[in-house]
Amino acid sequence: MDLNPLTNEDVADILALLDSLPYDELDLQTPRFRLTLRRAPGGWTQSTQVLSAPERLATTAMSHRGAPDHGDVTLPSSAAGAGEGGNAADEAEDAELVAVRAPLPGTFYRAPRPGAAPFVEVGSRVEADTVVGIVETMKLMNSVHAGVAGVVAGFCVANAEFAAQGAALLRIRAGQ
Amino acid sequence: VILRRVLIANRGEIAVRVMRTCRRLGIETVLTVTQADADAVPARLADKTIEITSYLDVDAVVAAAAAARADAIHPGYGFLSENPRLARACEAAGIVFIGPGADVLEAAGDKLTARGHAAAAGLPVLAGGLAEAAGAEALAERIGYPVLVKAAGGGGGRGLRVVRDPGELAGAVAVGSAEAQAAFGDARVYLERYVSPARHVEVQLLGDGENVIHLGDRDCSVQRRYQKLIEEAPAPRLGETLRVGLRAAAVAFGLHLKYQGMGTVEFLVDPERSAFWFLEMNARIQVEHPVTEAVTGLDLVAEQIAVAEGRGLRLSQASVRQDGHAIECRINAEDPAARFRPSPGTVTSAVFPAGPGIRVDTHIQAGSAVPPQYDSLLAKLVVAGGSRAEALDRLRGALARCEIGGVATTLPVHAALAADDEFAAGGVGTEYLALWLELQTRLVRDKSG
Repeated sequence: MDLNPLTNEDVADILALLDSLPYDELDLQTPRFRLTLRRAPGGWTQSTQVLSAPERLATTAMSHRGAPDHGDVTLPSSAAGAGEGGNAADEAEDAELVAVRAPLPGTFYRAPRPGAAPFVEVGSRVEADTVVGIVETMKLMNSVHAGVAGVVAGFCVANAEFAAQGAALLRIRAGQ
Repeated sequence: VILRRVLIANRGEIAVRVMRTCRRLGIETVLTVTQADADAVPARLADKTIEITSYLDVDAVVAAAAAARADAIHPGYGFLSENPRLARACEAAGIVFIGPGADVLEAAGDKLTARGHAAAAGLPVLAGGLAEAAGAEALAERIGYPVLVKAAGGGGGRGLRVVRDPGELAGAVAVGSAEAQAAFGDARVYLERYVSPARHVEVQLLGDGENVIHLGDRDCSVQRRYQKLIEEAPAPRLGETLRVGLRAAAVAFGLHLKYQGMGTVEFLVDPERSAFWFLEMNARIQVEHPVTEAVTGLDLVAEQIAVAEGRGLRLSQASVRQDGHAIECRINAEDPAARFRPSPGTVTSAVFPAGPGIRVDTHIQAGSAVPPQYDSLLAKLVVAGGSRAEALDRLRGALARCEIGGVATTLPVHAALAADDEFAAGGVGTEYLALWLELQTRLVRDKSG
């Protein structure tokens, strides 16, 4: 495997040596990495563990924009991603409020593109198949459907915020 | 210029790949990392890391290079790799940008402008144009359905959609535009005639601004939703006339642009009619570059660096040799059993094959996080052999010894495709994988019903 401590050629050389020996496994560990080579049906397998810690450059005046880029969002720490506004609604016991949940972990977008009108607003009437937002996971846009007919009661996650899988994105008051 | 320290403004397997060449050449590496990647394998392998909030932030990347006193920036693929603003900012800061100049990036990176240049260089181009909200329907009518909606701001298959019915055009333009905005920071999309069946064949170019040579072709027809899954070099069963024509067209395009650096010209090929059309140029190193390396014996990143150092082409067309055949499988964190939905999480085990003719480019190991905000590529398995049959045989064995735990991956699909007769015969079209997947779903359904 082409992890840096050893190149493909290094591994090939070690394997050439191993091939002439009666061993079925080689476990090599240094402070920087651990390499395990095993004889398997049809050939060898390898697994590498890079052990060295990253060496960080201390920086001070890094320029960056106020907000993370669209589509390249850093994970908010712990519960921050749930969105403050959503917590109260989360706990409210209201049988008619149906949560629309994130199908995958990702970034929730309320509009098809920045600057465009949101798919729905609080008060919008929706059908089960109405698109109410997009969750972007690994650069793929997944449309989120209402899943139930009714009226949008409120949002639990703000636009361009990260949502965990299954997190409530918005709530819909089902029925009339 | 001799580069002594390079800032790698990327992540994942390509960051590791670039580091490998830098280390071999005695070049120090500094890697930009976001919080999510701060402890990942690439960060552990780099000589130094420097934290930024986003890989798409031009100012932060240039500031990081300055802070690290790097001589150059290698942008990898994706992110800012084809961003003319980064190339300009590098120039202003006295930092070498390892890639073409800003003018060429503008010409090639903007897919609409590139179409114009291709036509000017005498290459065949498909009917099409910019999709503006008002004129999109009329344009689509002129082209004739089905049409393809494509992102103007970048390649990689993002924002692509086939529209067969006029009623679906507006929706496809809107969602394609959103995807384009997310992937490239540019919401413009354009329409193009949709050709099917067809093959996707591309030619690797290397230029120094004056001289342009090709490093052979690759076939990337095995795609799902315009995302390449398997690539090979050379393109199988292409026919010599077509192959020579494609390579000559690519070089003509490179010369027209006075291309400098590593780049790929992509074509749509109709082998039945021996016809081909220019698709786009990717002005960067590509994901699938290892198959070209496997058959030419060249280190493409080293050639990129040599050109960036202003040393001119070290290779002549006649000196580029090609032997044997190579196949690359993209192992993605996607669940083939659930319509390839992304599968972020934590890798619990990562065992790869090793041996002659096998190369694995990866950034994962047991314990690696697969964060949801970046693309799903985990590893590239590249096998080479004296012939395509030998490479395929080796691929089957190599895939059987590959095991990734903790996240769902595309490995089962690769194993099944490597055993498929149609793929083994060679020369499948871009519709092959979708049809094959449909057939598998039907077989499973018939069995359970």
